[in-house]
Amino acid sequence: MITFNQVSKRYPGGFDALKHISFELKKGEMAFLTGHSGAGKSTLLKLIAAIERPDSGSVLVNNQNVSSLKRAALPYLRRNLGMIFQDHKLLFDRNVFDNVLLPLQICGFDHRESGKRVRAALDKVGLLSREKSNPIALSGGEQQRLCIARAIVNRPTILLADEPTGNLDAEYSQEIMNIFRSFHQVGVTLLISTHDISVLRNNHARVISLKHGAIMTNPTIDESENLGQDPLTSRTPHSNKTEKSGTE
Amino acid sequence: MMHTLNQDLIILRSALRRMFTSPVAGILNILVIGIALCLPAGMYVLLQNAQGLIAQLSTTPQISLFMELDSTPEDIDRLRNRLQQHHGITSLEFIPKNVALEQLKKSTGLNDVIEGLENNPLPDAYIISSSLSNAETLEEMRQQLQKFPKVQHAQLDSAWAYKLEALLDFAHLIVMILACLLSFALIAVTFNTIRLQILTQRDEIKIARLIGATDGFIRRPFLYFGALQGLFGGAAAWAIINISLMLLSKPIATLSQLYASNFGLHSLTLSESFILLLFSVYLGWLGAWLSVTRHLSRFDPC
Repeated sequence: MITFNQVSKRYPGGFDALKHISFELKKGEMAFLTGHSGAGKSTLLKLIAAIERPDSGSVLVNNQNVSSLKRAALPYLRRNLGMIFQDHKLLFDRNVFDNVLLPLQICGFDHRESGKRVRAALDKVGLLSREKSNPIALSGGEQQRLCIARAIVNRPTILLADEPTGNLDAEYSQEIMNIFRSFHQVGVTLLISTHDISVLRNNHARVISLKHGAIMTNPTIDESENLGQDPLTSRTPHSNKTEKSGTE
Repeated sequence: MMHTLNQDLIILRSALRRMFTSPVAGILNILVIGIALCLPAGMYVLLQNAQGLIAQLSTTPQISLFMELDSTPEDIDRLRNRLQQHHGITSLEFIPKNVALEQLKKSTGLNDVIEGLENNPLPDAYIISSSLSNAETLEEMRQQLQKFPKVQHAQLDSAWAYKLEALLDFAHLIVMILACLLSFALIAVTFNTIRLQILTQRDEIKIARLIGATDGFIRRPFLYFGALQGLFGGAAAWAIINISLMLLSKPIATLSQLYASNFGLHSLTLSESFILLLFSVYLGWLGAWLSVTRHLSRFDPC
């Protein structure tokens, strides 16, 4: 589903954000992307959504080379990705419902059909009762869940989350992780970046560990604790068992 | 796409809402556009009216032939014979010098002055109506008549009308230039309004891009806004012109009555009004398009 092939990214000024990254994420797979801050987690996610372009190597999403996509083709790539941001990127000039509606408006959905979808997405993240509120009135955890609702309302086959639990306490984090796990169970491919060890401990899934822009083959005890052997290949039975096909 | 119309309505509605979220600014913008448009359009209307008036006045071109003061009745008869044979002349009226003097007394009220004159300073005159209507051939005919014996002076009475018509052509050109200049002003106003809107909606644009909005989707609300603002501006110009004409029509009626004419002001015709609105919609759209094209590339997330 997502394949990185010898991908390097250097930012202007000579900072190497990513160096020769290669990995593959299979359809329906869920993986954590870890590493200290500045290790290149966000850059890696941005490359998948073509928000940044690699300097060398290729990024394939659905067998499509994202790095060579024309500008006009980018919107159609992004509609197939659900993106969840650490800073939520919500719009405070409209209510919860309209925030979730935006992706459907962009895709040109029918008015009545989109109303149903928005409510389904809000229900899934437990915000159905808040649909008329302004996002500013929501707590941090609720805002994050709203961001998730917006990412999934399109029913994308891939979800990318950049530090979704960054500012949340453990209880909220686990709530968010449970939501992700439920998407995983219906066959969505997930890549979640986090530096939160407790999240990794409590949620068994494949871990891709970055350090200074490269994938670590021998992660430290701390980072691979409770995860078994090589974090690149380690998969718990839990993350393996569901291989249902996509969500339409 | 089947749902496009429905979406368009939604976008139009939100454009309307945005226009009047700060009503004063929105209305001022519309007024600026309206005033910029009503200047050339209003001048055009006035010119059309003037042209109508001149056409009315110069439909029967006349030539006045003034005879020399010492002309005898025989000279007068001889000239009459020659004129009657002339093919370009449809009717002929002779005004003897004493009748002319009476008319002058009546119309000017300069009785005392005229009484004081030792002898009649006015010449005998023929007033000739011609079937010719072309300014050049009339002028030719005037020169011909000028050379007749005992003719002191031949004067083309409608000459001033032709001169005025030439002047009006010139004025038309000025209106065109003014229209071009003010069109740029209109585009500039829309350009700036849209620029401010893009700046205030920067976050929304960035986020929409991130979740798969095409350029067209992002551009459309701004284009609709520009076109709508143009439409309202055009309507304002139309209203200003019509209200002004309404205010002018009373004094004009009085004035034309004094001149024993039934001249009345005409406003824009239906098709002219339509063109005015269409033109302002187009200019608003163009200003918005230029602005969006210029400013949107800055918010590219990639």
